[in-house]
Amino acid sequence: MEAIQTAIAERVAEEHRHHGKSQFLWVWGALLLMTAIEVYLTYQNLQPVRMLTILLGLSFVKAALIIGYFMHMKFEVSRMKWLTMCTLVVCLALMMIFFPDAFRILSLGVR
Amino acid sequence: MSESAVSRPMPSVYEPSLFGTYSKKIGMWLFLVSDSLTFGGLLFAYSYGRISTPNWPTPFHSESIINATVMTAFLLTSSLTMVLAVRASAHGDAKAQRLWLLATMLCGTGFVILHGREWSKLIAEGLTLPVFPGSRSATTGEFAHVAKMVPQFASTFFGLTGMHMLHVTLGVIYLGIVALRRNFIPILLACWLAAWLGTPVNSPFHYAAHVLLVAAIICSVIVWLKPKVYDSSDVEVAGLYWHFVDLVWMFIFPLVYLMSAKIL
Repeated sequence: MEAIQTAIAERVAEEHRHHGKSQFLWVWGALLLMTAIEVYLTYQNLQPVRMLTILLGLSFVKAALIIGYFMHMKFEVSRMKWLTMCTLVVCLALMMIFFPDAFRILSLGVR
Repeated sequence: MSESAVSRPMPSVYEPSLFGTYSKKIGMWLFLVSDSLTFGGLLFAYSYGRISTPNWPTPFHSESIINATVMTAFLLTSSLTMVLAVRASAHGDAKAQRLWLLATMLCGTGFVILHGREWSKLIAEGLTLPVFPGSRSATTGEFAHVAKMVPQFASTFFGLTGMHMLHVTLGVIYLGIVALRRNFIPILLACWLAAWLGTPVNSPFHYAAHVLLVAAIICSVIVWLKPKVYDSSDVEVAGLYWHFVDLVWMFIFPLVYLMSAKIL
């Protein structure tokens, strides 16, 4: 069993050898740039809902870049990609069930 | 007969991997999916509190925002150095791998120090929790009224960022063991002593420093029970954990800091 794991690990390492440094530098630069945009927007007095939408949008793009390139998910087999990402998204989406209650408290005027 | 038995294709116990990769990596991915639910729960709790509380505080001055931005840059840079460590390990370049891992640890340590400084500043200004030592005496300061009027802010803020800080600290220790193996244990113990003796008694970090001692004991047992040279697969799995810590911060930074910035 150990031998097959070592063989798979060696194949994965072989795939990593083909990844150039430049793509990682581009991703790092893009992440820093998006962070700078987020900080800049903070001081532009945008409406909170619009601000939240933009910030969350940028956060999801940053998360996709980190998962895709830094965590190498882009280079995994599609079964691995779909199973892990769909599980994660569904579980996190289920937590949103609590949000209507938060709005209800606000509209009831609890101080 | 014996010939036919030999030539018959037998079901092998060495099935090809269902996910096209090795077990350690799949195990780490499963852990990260479960851990993301921990952070998801904390982030949703923070957001719930924010939505349902009309007078939610915005305590972060530009100094705090700059501090948090530098912390973000540290984490992003550490992810770059980590991925370069993984690449170096795939090429079999042990020296470069160790140097990149040490650079990652340096960035992670910088993040923890800056975060600790931010926490200390907020606590000194009155934003505290009842479980923190000396919290009863913190009745003055800019944020003393925030801690009283909107206690859910301090609870969710310290809960979320504290959990993340713990993950970063454990990540640095994890990388330290992968990079230096048993040689890292004395360094960890020295860090514990420095953190314990170098922080005031009324600081939560004075007690949180014992995490380093517990980690040193656990790491000692691990390297004693299973001494090994960590290969490229171990470095890649450690890298997955580290990138996850970075990933979580990409949501904490805008949701907690930027959305609560004090705009003058």
